[in-house]
Amino acid sequence: MKPLDRKYVWLCGALLMVALVLLPFLVKNYRVFQFNLVIVYAIAILGLNILTGFNGQISLGHGAFYAVGAYTAAVLMDRYGMPYWATLPLAAVFCFGFGFLVGFPALRLAGHYLALATLALAQAVPQLLKYKQIEGLTGGVQGIVLSKPEPPFTLRLFDAPLNADRWLYFFTLAVAALMFLLAWNLLRGRVGRALVAIRDHPIAATAMGINLPLFKSLAFGVSAAFTGVAGALGAIAVAFVSPDSFTVQLSIFLLVGLVVGGLASIPGAIFGGIFIQFVPNIADEISKSAPAALYGVLLIALMYLIPTGVMGLVRRLWARWRHQAAAGLSGQP
Amino acid sequence: MEAFLHQIFSGLANGCIYGSIGLALVMIYQATHHLNFAQGEMATFSTFIAWALVQGGWPYWGAFFATVAISFLGGVLIQRLVLRPVEKSPVLTNVIVFIGLLLIFNALTGWIFDHTLKSFPSPFPKDSVLASKYFSAHDLGSVAVMLCVLGALFAFFRFTPIGLAMRAAAQNPDSARLVGIRVSWMLALGWGLAAAIGAVAGMMVAPVLFLDPNMMAGVLLYGFAAALLGGIDNPLGAVVGGFVVGVMENLLGAYVIGTELKLTVALVLIVGTLTLRPDGLFGKRVVTRV
Repeated sequence: MKPLDRKYVWLCGALLMVALVLLPFLVKNYRVFQFNLVIVYAIAILGLNILTGFNGQISLGHGAFYAVGAYTAAVLMDRYGMPYWATLPLAAVFCFGFGFLVGFPALRLAGHYLALATLALAQAVPQLLKYKQIEGLTGGVQGIVLSKPEPPFTLRLFDAPLNADRWLYFFTLAVAALMFLLAWNLLRGRVGRALVAIRDHPIAATAMGINLPLFKSLAFGVSAAFTGVAGALGAIAVAFVSPDSFTVQLSIFLLVGLVVGGLASIPGAIFGGIFIQFVPNIADEISKSAPAALYGVLLIALMYLIPTGVMGLVRRLWARWRHQAAAGLSGQP
Repeated sequence: MEAFLHQIFSGLANGCIYGSIGLALVMIYQATHHLNFAQGEMATFSTFIAWALVQGGWPYWGAFFATVAISFLGGVLIQRLVLRPVEKSPVLTNVIVFIGLLLIFNALTGWIFDHTLKSFPSPFPKDSVLASKYFSAHDLGSVAVMLCVLGALFAFFRFTPIGLAMRAAAQNPDSARLVGIRVSWMLALGWGLAAAIGAVAGMMVAPVLFLDPNMMAGVLLYGFAAALLGGIDNPLGAVVGGFVVGVMENLLGAYVIGTELKLTVALVLIVGTLTLRPDGLFGKRVVTRV
């Protein structure tokens, strides 16, 4: 990167940080809650992206991992009295295990078949959560009601107090920063290259000495862990879990977010999160069915026009701008 | 024993619905090697068209055949307009387009016909001489309709030039193109047939399940299970698979795990078939060359 670019990047990063910190104090409580969910979805989509975008394993059932993460957090908080922050690592570990196990039969399935199997998984999860035998743990159809954690200290800024929602926003933001950093570190090196190689040409990847079963199952596990952490954060933010919050629709919306944000792009997940949180609200004002219809049309249109999603578009525009800037500079005597 | 027989017969009746959805999936899979995730939603939409026609005063069988014809045209149009541009794209693109279609059809159904439950008439008389304590006339009738569809399909593929051309296009597109078959149109015909079969299945299942936009979500999953169990490229296999899945679902539901976990049965069947015997019972083993 040229020094000029680097300066821009730092400047933008700093501005973004300030904006993110001040944002919750400038808007109403409900908006803060919505922003919180945006971050949660971004983490979930990042998880899906590791599997589908980078590793090419199509999952239509990531809502299942989200649900497992959410229920892990809820059960641990409600039944075992654990503090909310301590449930996250456990949700991650639990979902990693679950994802690894799901990934194991998935080794034999490719393309459509994997999509089908995961779709079936997503449809089965609400039923499994309602199952009578585990009602003592999951609360059955009623689900589990949680209480929002109180902020550890008091603070007022712009006449707005640091209440539970604002505190959770910062908590989620911190976790998200950590998760994105982890993902970036994981994907830019050897492991990331191996995953992409498996996606692009499995046979060549094996010939290069990549352990296919191991990496594919690992991708499943890591992806599930990310989405599970997002589920746990979501459960804490919403303070309620029930089987019907995790229908197959959730899985499909995560896929929509992934495609809109951009396949195989880490920052794309943020755009995806913003999209699936806010666009349905706007479309809802037209009709109850409008969001889904819009999603459908958009999915197909994106596949035709910009298969790389928002991030692909941004990257293309950025490259063009730099090209022009460079041409302008060299044009001067 | 009586209850057991009852379970078996109603399982067979359900199974014929799963079989027909499976058959529709096989139609598209044979032609394009894609699994159509929007099949259930397309069938629901067709059924709503039939419902609107019946409400509009059409006789049942008139509405039935009109719906089949509309669905056939709709299927051809979808293939021409939506899927042809991504025919050669990677699997992920196709899956996403299918999911897009699923969302659009589901939303459209809800938008046009709204989300309340509707009852759908059955063409078969309630108290027929053929009905017994084990099965209703509708059960029997839907099995008969389904077998007619299967017979017609068999005759179509076996004895007509277009059927032969479609088989050729599915088996070896390049050679088929060389002998003058318009392969791309054959795929569109496959889509049309699948949509028409789906419409028949939808109209047969609607009197039992009641009409609403999400009617087919579970049925589609069972349809997939049926198609996979029978071998995804084998039409007869799909029907046999449908009967097996239907009976299995009913027996497991009644005696082993209860009705709440029915979709989990489908999940286990799908994953089980795919991992243990990916070609199904009657499918051809596919070998890929490096």
